[in-house]
Amino acid sequence: MLSQARAAIVSTLFFTLLLGVGYPLLVTAIGQLAFPAQANGSLVRNPGGQVIGSSLIAQPFTGAEYLHPRPSAAGSGGYDAAGSSGSNLGPLNPALLDRVKKDADALRRETAGAFIPADAVTTSGSGLDPHISPANARMQAGRIARARGRTVAEVQRIIDRHMAPPVLGVLGQPTVNVLETNLALDAAIPAAHAGGQ
Amino acid sequence: MNGFGWAEIALTLALTVAVAFPLGAYLARVWQGGKTWLDPVLRPLERLVYAGCGIKAARSQGWLGYTGSFLAFSAASFVVLYLMLRFQNLLPLNPQGFAGMSPDLAFNTAVSFISNTNWQAYVPEQTLSTFSQMAGLTSHNFLSAAAGIAIAAAVARAFAADRGEGIGNFWADLTRISLYVLLPISLVIAVAYVGLGEPQSLAAHVTARTLEGGQQTIALYPTASQEAIKQLGTNGGGIFNANSAHPFENPNAWTNLIEIVSMNALSLACVVAFGRIVLARKDARALAAVMVILVAAGAGAIYAAETQAPPALAAAGVDTAVNMEGKEVRFGAPSTAIWTAATTGASDGGVNGMHDSFMPLGGGMALFLIQLGEVLPGGVGSGLYGMVVMALIAVFVAGLMVGRTPEYLGKKVEAREIKFAMLAVLILPLSILGFAAVAAVLPVALKGLANPGAHGLSEILYAYSSASGNNGSAFAGLSANTPWWNITLGIAMLLGRFAYVVPVLAIAGSLAAKPKLAATAGTFPTDGPLFIGLLIGVVLIMGGLQFFPALALGPIVEHFQALQMVAAR
Repeated sequence: MLSQARAAIVSTLFFTLLLGVGYPLLVTAIGQLAFPAQANGSLVRNPGGQVIGSSLIAQPFTGAEYLHPRPSAAGSGGYDAAGSSGSNLGPLNPALLDRVKKDADALRRETAGAFIPADAVTTSGSGLDPHISPANARMQAGRIARARGRTVAEVQRIIDRHMAPPVLGVLGQPTVNVLETNLALDAAIPAAHAGGQ
Repeated sequence: MNGFGWAEIALTLALTVAVAFPLGAYLARVWQGGKTWLDPVLRPLERLVYAGCGIKAARSQGWLGYTGSFLAFSAASFVVLYLMLRFQNLLPLNPQGFAGMSPDLAFNTAVSFISNTNWQAYVPEQTLSTFSQMAGLTSHNFLSAAAGIAIAAAVARAFAADRGEGIGNFWADLTRISLYVLLPISLVIAVAYVGLGEPQSLAAHVTARTLEGGQQTIALYPTASQEAIKQLGTNGGGIFNANSAHPFENPNAWTNLIEIVSMNALSLACVVAFGRIVLARKDARALAAVMVILVAAGAGAIYAAETQAPPALAAAGVDTAVNMEGKEVRFGAPSTAIWTAATTGASDGGVNGMHDSFMPLGGGMALFLIQLGEVLPGGVGSGLYGMVVMALIAVFVAGLMVGRTPEYLGKKVEAREIKFAMLAVLILPLSILGFAAVAAVLPVALKGLANPGAHGLSEILYAYSSASGNNGSAFAGLSANTPWWNITLGIAMLLGRFAYVVPVLAIAGSLAAKPKLAATAGTFPTDGPLFIGLLIGVVLIMGGLQFFPALALGPIVEHFQALQMVAAR
């Protein structure tokens, strides 16, 4: 009995140190040396070196000159990157029906009856989905072109350059990274902030 | 639904099976104490553990001794983890200054992680210090998995023995599986995850000034190291609340593939190793076939359900045939469907989409896969011994039909084994339906529900199924961090782990002592399609009979309501 207790206590403490401290620290050391950008959260910085976000994490965009991410249920205002969450609304929940209807009506007004893809009116599992579908980006191209005073084709070309196909053709879905595309839009059409809206 | 989606599901399963065979061969060598190419580094560590624990690794224990060691180890793990979570405010590496957990939450969480469930009643990135994530949770991701695999090894030895007494040494099994299997594989996968985009940082947060001038606080953590063992050990507890739907835990299709494969490969490898130790490789392949067939069917059913017109979108005039609520764009329906079948079939519990927002039959299938007993392919180790229990019942049923004492893998299966097998199998419905029935009429429990109607009952059923099956995934709308839910779900997790394992080890002890019989013309063959069909039938009928009435009031009635709503438009 006593020998069992000794083995239990010693093994728990030993393995807590080895697997709970040694192992994560070793991975941290290797990761920080070999892949510093990824290990620190794939952060995106402006030319001044200030962190403006992560290419893996959605951030809110409301300006007409930018691609908008999917709606978010993370945190009370959405896009809380320290409080990831889906809506967890069941498929028949009246709250879901109301929310989708409101968002769809707003999009219809904004896009003058363009096709609305499913991801534009649904919240993601994390609330931090950094991507939208190519169809969703296409839906928004007209609005962005108007706000930036350029042609839809020009905007669409920039979006297309940031479209990633499924891995090996079958794994996952095609995506457009919202933050990276918006940075590219700003770079290609610098006057956006002054002349937009 | 389209061909690409089906191809993704088929490819993922095929890769899992392809990895499981060599991994199983290696695992068998570790179970037998054989040489590995990691010996030069790990043998000294192994000896150090034995010396510190004061045990002789070569001394085989009887089933009572083995069970006692397993329980003593689990108890020590519980106490250490409970104290660590309760008093994390006094421990190092707490940059956010989080308080200690409340007693009921610390109880629930400690039970959850020592039982390989990893149910999480809290938002990790707003509750757990970096130290608790690492030393508390990451370590028990390893240890609860190693303990499960150890029991599978003991069961394998029982079938291999001929009038034997011992079923192995628990401490040696625990140590060898942790050191030679889980640690090196996790290390390799974790480094790959960092390369593929998962953070691995001791810093808690970074603050960003967004492009439109707002502020965003981004939580980091040592994510990759936990993600690796979380999936490999069928644990499922996330660093983040959104689990593997979070882009840091699962940034792209590559990480998604590795995470799915690693969550089923080791459970299947246990079956392969079992076949090698018992010298019954074809019989083991039959068990693996049952697992793969049923998990593939589950994935197909979920994919089909999630590619129907979602009622809320149909009502709003949005024309689509995919339910994207709670799903990530980079995964879509097929990646989420195969993940969901794998995680609920395997008692992993990690999610890459929110089950609560699935279509009624999609969420219902996830629930049903858990209720089938977590044997498809089940948790690491626990899937193997769970499926062996099912196989014993299957040969017993076959024996009843022809009026002959059944045998399985050269061991006579008699009243004692079947009694213990039934005792183990009945724990699940007792815990799930018993607790769910009480919760469904108790106001203090109902306060936690997020969704009205039939879906609310599904949330209750899912919570107790997940806890009792040691799965850990959730219909996450349920606000489970209240004393009622924390305590009852904690008890359900304890029942699902320990009230199952003790009868299983009793069966192992009893089988080990029996003589090993040679197969005769009268032996029911357990390595062919007939047995595979029989075993699938036993698994489905047991699960169906036990849970169909409850499912009819939850997901099934909700499905017809959804059809009505789409048709009404």
